[in-house]
Amino acid sequence: MGDVFSNLALGFGAALTPLNVGLCFIGALVGTLIGVLPGLGPIATIAMLLPITFSLDPLGALIMLAGIYYGAQYGGSTTAILVNMPGETSSVVTTLDGHQMARQGRAGAALGIAALGSFFAGSVATFIVALAGPLLSQMAQNFGPAEYFALMVVGLVGATVLASGSVLKAVAMIVVGLLLGTVGSDIESGEQRLTFGIPQLADGINFTTLAIGLFGVAEILRNLEHTHDRGVLGAKITGLLPTWADIKQSFPAVLRGTGIGSVLGILPGNGAVLAPYASYTLEKKLAKEPQRFGRGAIEGVAGPESANNAGAQTSFIPLLTLGIPPNAVMALMVGAMTIQGIIPGPTVMVENPTLFWGMIASMWIGNALLVVINLPLIGIWVRLLRVPYRLLYPAILLFCCIGVFTVNNSFMDVLLVAVFGLVGYGLLKLGFEPAPLLLAFVLGPLMEENLRRAFLIARGDATVFVTRPLSLALLLIALGLLLVVLLPSVRRRREEVFHEED
Amino acid sequence: MRFTSVAFAALAAVAAWSGASAQDYPTRPITMVVPFAAGGPTDTVARLVAQNMSQSLGQQVIVENVGGAGGTLGAARVAGAEPDGYTLLLHHIGQATAATLYRNLKYKPGEDFAPVGLITDVPMTIVAKKDFPAKDLKELVDYVKKNPDKVTLANAGVGAASHLCGMLFMQAVGVQLTTVPYKGTGPAMNDLVGGQVDLLCDQTTNTTSQIKGGAIKAYAVTTPNRVKSLPDLPTTKEAGLEGVQVAVWHGLYAPKGTPQPVVDKLAKALQTALKDQTVAARFAELGTEPVTQERATPKALGDYVKSEIDRWKPVITSAGVYAD
Repeated sequence: MGDVFSNLALGFGAALTPLNVGLCFIGALVGTLIGVLPGLGPIATIAMLLPITFSLDPLGALIMLAGIYYGAQYGGSTTAILVNMPGETSSVVTTLDGHQMARQGRAGAALGIAALGSFFAGSVATFIVALAGPLLSQMAQNFGPAEYFALMVVGLVGATVLASGSVLKAVAMIVVGLLLGTVGSDIESGEQRLTFGIPQLADGINFTTLAIGLFGVAEILRNLEHTHDRGVLGAKITGLLPTWADIKQSFPAVLRGTGIGSVLGILPGNGAVLAPYASYTLEKKLAKEPQRFGRGAIEGVAGPESANNAGAQTSFIPLLTLGIPPNAVMALMVGAMTIQGIIPGPTVMVENPTLFWGMIASMWIGNALLVVINLPLIGIWVRLLRVPYRLLYPAILLFCCIGVFTVNNSFMDVLLVAVFGLVGYGLLKLGFEPAPLLLAFVLGPLMEENLRRAFLIARGDATVFVTRPLSLALLLIALGLLLVVLLPSVRRRREEVFHEED
Repeated sequence: MRFTSVAFAALAAVAAWSGASAQDYPTRPITMVVPFAAGGPTDTVARLVAQNMSQSLGQQVIVENVGGAGGTLGAARVAGAEPDGYTLLLHHIGQATAATLYRNLKYKPGEDFAPVGLITDVPMTIVAKKDFPAKDLKELVDYVKKNPDKVTLANAGVGAASHLCGMLFMQAVGVQLTTVPYKGTGPAMNDLVGGQVDLLCDQTTNTTSQIKGGAIKAYAVTTPNRVKSLPDLPTTKEAGLEGVQVAVWHGLYAPKGTPQPVVDKLAKALQTALKDQTVAARFAELGTEPVTQERATPKALGDYVKSEIDRWKPVITSAGVYAD
């Protein structure tokens, strides 16, 4: 224990230099701004800024890039809440209740609780990284393809709990999501599936493209149709910050979200993507009045936001301890480290303790800076909503197009946003819920990949899913969740639970 | 959207008019397309080289990642670009193998580019999970021959270097192992370290730190000579496994039809970059080194691409796995 503190002291000493704090601030600010810009995400930004890191020292460079990463998480929540536009996988869930809160004039409270919840989660997660990083990454190694598959099954079953209205419609959305997830190349044979010969689809549909189209553009189309119901404009803004009552109400959700996010973030292979969904489902199940969810329940923002920030922090663990990046952003950090002459791997902690602990310390500093940056910005964001819609929506559309284009430098993506926007609008009119579609779209390919891989490694032996204890446990959880969904009394309650917007 | 296209078109027209006369080339920033994701080993090599070339050319060389379809999307983009020297491609062995792996390519890897020069040959290593029951390459080959059904071989997907190396290995040993594809080397390495799969054949850029950290076992390198950063690893030839010789060679290309003086200037800048101490040091950390000055020339690369296309054609066709 004393060891950890002396290491942390070393880290803080290295991270608290004026230069490094400045770089952290710049990173966090840039990250927040690009997070707000729909489409343009941390991957494209970090890639663009990699050349700058040549002239910085390794710790400074990594601090700045990391700042961009979690800054973008915050920024993504901002657009999710304000204009129903999730910029990242992690902000999709925030749109469900966050945007509803904004429509009720409580945008400030939503943004504020997202910031505070994320800060708490980030701080706790940083401690976890510091205390138990290497140990946790060892444990995570036990997570093989069978376990991942089981985990994804839990997630998929949870998707039906996530949104309701008609169970049939939710399942339909899930199936469509799974179908869209199959577009691309088959991982084993390389065969093209549903690409219609278009090379840009060979790697599948981009998540950002789908999310922005289905959520953001569809929302714009719907707002243009219902000129009388542009909730965000009309509602009176009731206070810019969450009240103490709000904070008290959200605290348990924040705690649970932190726990979920921290655990899932450690799993290499992007287990963190499930964190906000799992948190939302948990909060809805535990709430005394689940019908509030989908209508602006603050726990529906606090929990998932904490979960995804905790996950973002702990996803550094596989990178720092094993040198294996769990997702595309971390892969970029690997590139940045390599350019600086540091080869990430198990030896970094021992050979370069200043770098390792300095990174960890700067994570906490970054979280603190984000609260400092974001809380005052809430006032500006909320006022931005008062801009006449006829001026606001072209600007949003423009930023969407630019943002989506920068992901892959491909016009096809922008075209697809338009297509999905129309599709999303159609879905809204017909009373379908896009959130389960998106979750299935993300989980489907992961499930398929892991299922096939588990079979390959086990040589076609299907019992591998039940003979491995962790996998069995997760499948039982999924079964339990399924039963809960199918129980008629629960189903009846769910009909009332989700707020249909027409 | 429309406005931006018009603006870009106007800019491009002005830029084209201000001319790519070879005398004053380059007069504006150059784009180096890397057909893989940012942060990966090819991207790292590209950024190191680009940074140095920016200095000698006097104009920024900007790396742009156009990933997808095993590198063919980025290559296609450069194949169709203006041959004025302002769009370049940095690609690896995938340039040659794409000719056979992809049966519906919209460009010809051997003909639609003006080669500039080779950059580096990244060695590959044959590695296994920590508790794999074989002490050296000979025991590995024996074990694999006796238990082909029990051994799994990971790779980073069809067309990836690890896939090609794995193919060579299986053909040399004469067994068909269960290949387990992953979306990239990161996940593959993760499962190898976790002991979920048995074997992997991958670049030193990805394996060196894991080998040094003791997380995985290493048996051999696939180059003619031993690798400086892993001096204890025998070469496949030394260890008795003939025919598993593969390095991930990287080359710089311009579109076909780029004026010769421009190509020569680029080749010269590349050679300067490869002589640089920092670049060499970084390459060394990745387990590789810059090629000799003679190979960083248009002719050397052009000949090498053709010979590699011919070399991999029978290997790929006999394995029968294609990417489309």
